[in-house]
Amino acid sequence: MKYTEEHEWLRVEDDLVVVGITAYAAEQLGDVVFVELPDEGTQVVKDDEVAVIESVKAASDILAPLDGEIAEINAALVDTPALVNEDPLGEAWFFKMKLADLSALDDLMDEAAYNALIG
Amino acid sequence: MTELKRLPLHALHDELGGKFVPFAGYDMPVQYAGGVMAEHLWCREKAGLFDVSHMGQVLLPVDQAGALEALVPVDVIGLGVGRQRYGLFTGENGGVLDDLMIARRQDDLFLVVNAACKAADIAHLQAHLTGVAPVEGRALLALQGPLAETALARLLPDVAAMRFMDVARMDWQGADLWLSRSGYTGEDGFEISVPGAAADGFARALLEMAEVAPIGLGARDSLRLEAGLPLYGQDLSEEISPIEARLGWAISKIRRADGARAGGFPGAVRILDEMANGAPRRRVGLRPEGRAPMRAGVPLFATAEGGVPIGLVTSGGFGPSVGGPVAMGLIDNNTPDGAMIYGELRGKRLPAVQVALPFYKQSYKR
Repeated sequence: MKYTEEHEWLRVEDDLVVVGITAYAAEQLGDVVFVELPDEGTQVVKDDEVAVIESVKAASDILAPLDGEIAEINAALVDTPALVNEDPLGEAWFFKMKLADLSALDDLMDEAAYNALIG
Repeated sequence: MTELKRLPLHALHDELGGKFVPFAGYDMPVQYAGGVMAEHLWCREKAGLFDVSHMGQVLLPVDQAGALEALVPVDVIGLGVGRQRYGLFTGENGGVLDDLMIARRQDDLFLVVNAACKAADIAHLQAHLTGVAPVEGRALLALQGPLAETALARLLPDVAAMRFMDVARMDWQGADLWLSRSGYTGEDGFEISVPGAAADGFARALLEMAEVAPIGLGARDSLRLEAGLPLYGQDLSEEISPIEARLGWAISKIRRADGARAGGFPGAVRILDEMANGAPRRRVGLRPEGRAPMRAGVPLFATAEGGVPIGLVTSGGFGPSVGGPVAMGLIDNNTPDGAMIYGELRGKRLPAVQVALPFYKQSYKR
């Protein structure tokens, strides 16, 4: 698993990269009540705002972790936003991306580096 | 950067797992371990304990009732001993400078004002009244919810006899408590001013009870929003008149155009005119369709496309007891009642239905 400074996790699955938010981020957000996901097929550039996640308290953006195309979205999240709090690393993945360059993953943090970041 | 002030119960909040945020210059618990949703629902079913010590507490001599009346559109002179009334400091332009609670006690008047406004309120009072005494060193707790009376009566049996908006002084283990049967959550409950030295012990005595849980600022906001209660700085401001804010009920009969002590408060000309002839804007309740919350600042339109904004959302979010998004907005008063309204969210116009307030029905003990 790889991590971004925006508290996203990325996991390679076949030739796609699955993206979600970390347990730490889910905990900080509190109760998630609404998730808006991008359209499948959208071309994104790193740091584009691609999804919105709203807790009882506030709205936050999910940024594209790398360049690529949104290949698949997790419709279950739209119906059941609370999955983000219940299973952030599993069922509550946000979208799958086809990366423009798979080696870009190498520049992201590994688990040890991420754990050091959140201290 | 100004250092955040700490409440008398800071250590207790920390011990309870409170997450702190800056609010009106104070380091305040926004939620505890269970989260905003659980705390909100707990308060609707049982009893929630809030620390609202950041709010301002002020004492006035009884002989200043007339002078206070000149600053608020409220019957202060006629307020009975042991009773409390909701009031507004109005500005010369008819807007609202702050909202407050005014209690008439045996020997004085006791005011509770908003944290962010308290310095300005005290200066305003001191400019027009004599004997203004800001209260220092007392905590202010709110115990809210259907089981608030059950819990509090174990420590203070006499609270069971209090009705909505009654005020009383009671002794608890030698501490002089100032109570009112009121709150800002839409639930029955009490606000209790406690001497600083007794605050920790009193709060712990309540928290030991099975019905009582600590509730942070996050749920306080969602509770008052569902109850349709305006928040100063969002739904109320110096620009918004009480009539626009739909607080005409808070203008005492005796201070209205045909009352025995009509007018005589700042902004009376605009406010009484709007009461008689209508105001340019009105506060409305909104139920956004779909799941996306519409928060403060979202522009509102009369149509799904085009046109100019007819207003904006002043408070909004997710209502845990309603199970969906709820919002309050200030809209052009020419907008027909019941007409669909559209909030522009991330470039998209989403429909919201105008609904009567509150979103969640109160259960005060009248």
